[in-house]
Amino acid sequence: MSHTLSNVKNRTPVKVWLGAFAIGAVLLMLPFLLGATAGQGWIRILNFALLYVMLALGLNIVVGFAGLLDLGYIAFYAVGAYAWALLASPHFDLHLPFWIVLPIGVALAAMAGVALGFPVLKLRGDYLAIVTLGFGEIIRIFMNNLDAPVNITNGPQGINRIDTFKVGEWALGRPETILGFRITGPEKYYYLLMALVILIIFICIRLQNSRVGRAWEAVREDEIAAKAMGINTRSIKLMAFGMGASFGGVAGCLFASMQGFVSPESFGLSESIAILCMVVLGGMGHVPGVVAGALLLSIFPEILRNIVVPVQQTLFGDVIVDPDAIRMLLFGVALVAVMIFRPEGLWPSAVRKRELNSGKEKQA
Amino acid sequence: MSVLPHTPTATALGEPLLIAKGLSKRFGGLQALNDVSFDIRKGEIFGLIGPNGAGKTTLFNVMTALYIPESGSCQFQGVELTRLKPHEIATQGLARTFQNIRLFSALTALENVMIGQHLRTKSGLWGAIVRNKATRDEEARTEARALELLEYVGIAHVANEVASSLSYGDQRRLEIARALATSPALLALDEPAAGMNPSETVVLRALIEKIRDDGTTVLLIEHDMKLVMNMCDRVLVLEYGQVLSYGLPHDVQHDPRVIEAYLGKGAAQDPLLHPELETENKDESRHD
Repeated sequence: MSHTLSNVKNRTPVKVWLGAFAIGAVLLMLPFLLGATAGQGWIRILNFALLYVMLALGLNIVVGFAGLLDLGYIAFYAVGAYAWALLASPHFDLHLPFWIVLPIGVALAAMAGVALGFPVLKLRGDYLAIVTLGFGEIIRIFMNNLDAPVNITNGPQGINRIDTFKVGEWALGRPETILGFRITGPEKYYYLLMALVILIIFICIRLQNSRVGRAWEAVREDEIAAKAMGINTRSIKLMAFGMGASFGGVAGCLFASMQGFVSPESFGLSESIAILCMVVLGGMGHVPGVVAGALLLSIFPEILRNIVVPVQQTLFGDVIVDPDAIRMLLFGVALVAVMIFRPEGLWPSAVRKRELNSGKEKQA
Repeated sequence: MSVLPHTPTATALGEPLLIAKGLSKRFGGLQALNDVSFDIRKGEIFGLIGPNGAGKTTLFNVMTALYIPESGSCQFQGVELTRLKPHEIATQGLARTFQNIRLFSALTALENVMIGQHLRTKSGLWGAIVRNKATRDEEARTEARALELLEYVGIAHVANEVASSLSYGDQRRLEIARALATSPALLALDEPAAGMNPSETVVLRALIEKIRDDGTTVLLIEHDMKLVMNMCDRVLVLEYGQVLSYGLPHDVQHDPRVIEAYLGKGAAQDPLLHPELETENKDESRHD
């Protein structure tokens, strides 16, 4: 009778396969096309955009699926980044391989997520937002001050010369020539990040259409009713916090390895808010929407930056307004516009769109 | 309407499913429940009525562990409900609906009922990600059962509609389907007929009786006296948090204390007022 999940899954038309193949080919070639046309800098921007996609998808589990407003999400990114920085850098003279550091970073981030989850189990809405905001700041301040009495994080100077992602002796950070084909560090990272992003998207979609995913949505929609249905809201919420945080941990590890340097200032409140904006702008709870939101908000400002400066130079012969200031201004305008004209996000799920529209019809 | 009071069926004399003893609950200066004792027997429709503010919903919330009573006990199939957490109540086999509908409004009807089966299914995070055979089978079963339940309450045609877009009557029935999805031994309905028109109420009554006949005991809180008196096997009347009357609908209906509580002092003596007793309460506010 209906358009149910199993029905969709059973038939995968040729068109879909062709489409997927075409997208795959484009994604595979993207760094070379970009490197040839726009320069290596753009590959780095793209890599950061992919990190933001991971972060936005992680936050989407907490905010979009389970409906728990988290303003301190960047803390888990910080935990992942510092885990990598401490375990694979000259700081402690530890150079553990990625297959040890990455699981540790992810596990620590997930544990931090659960640790944040416990005290906020009974909070909702504004109160939850404030406590999570505080948590995010606590982590950052910890990183900032844990240089005395024992120097753990090296304080505000941060940790540098962090090991790059290495598989055996093959390092992702180094450019090299394979079969006469020169491939740079950022290009290699692009493939790693893209693989992880695809894995995370896959996990998110699977989770959403599962028993646990439905329980998250039940908690988001009505916690009391969820309890009455026998859902242990406590463990379900902790699961959301832990799962969301673990994606942040992955992103953090890769950030540290790619950047080679971490310092507390990368993990401020504004980053948490930027990630939340990506989730909200794209369409809370809708995986493709969140991916689009993250790409848009991380790449668009860079395009803008490259336009604003030349335009001013040709118009006024000088750079009058700092591109960063305009960036933030346009960022704000874009958000306000989305909230007014598309409150459900740029690319909401079909169900959510229908819900908001049916609400409008009823009011009219 | 039927003038004949409903005669209790043989099943109403089944063994006790739930035994409440001396339940008391106080909110500040208000004694919401005062020494309430009763039992619900297997296979009956048990009615809980009372004027507004009598403590019906409080009693309901005590039974479903949303409130902790000061004293008293509530044994359900030998398990003490007052010591459980709210989410453990459904596991024991007591499912409820809400007076003010509490559906998962952004989700479809089908998803709502699938969530109802949460506690009877068990796949976790890992199963969801790798989607192994056990998980796939469980998902298919969950979906099939959800469709079955939607069919059972008569709203299978809106299975893929968002819950908030359903009509009021359909939302009520969806709530019942969702509660039934937890496979309860006792289904507690908090004013299921509130806001329904007479024809919807007739359909609802048939549904509730069908649920009872199919082996689920029903606890019904209702303002619609006609519905309660015609349908229930036994009735408990609360007033000011105390048991005013308790027994067969016919006896309760003719209990002078009940008539006085509903119609005021002196009404018990006025034979002209008796017939109205069954319908007068409809005009009262839906909230207590």
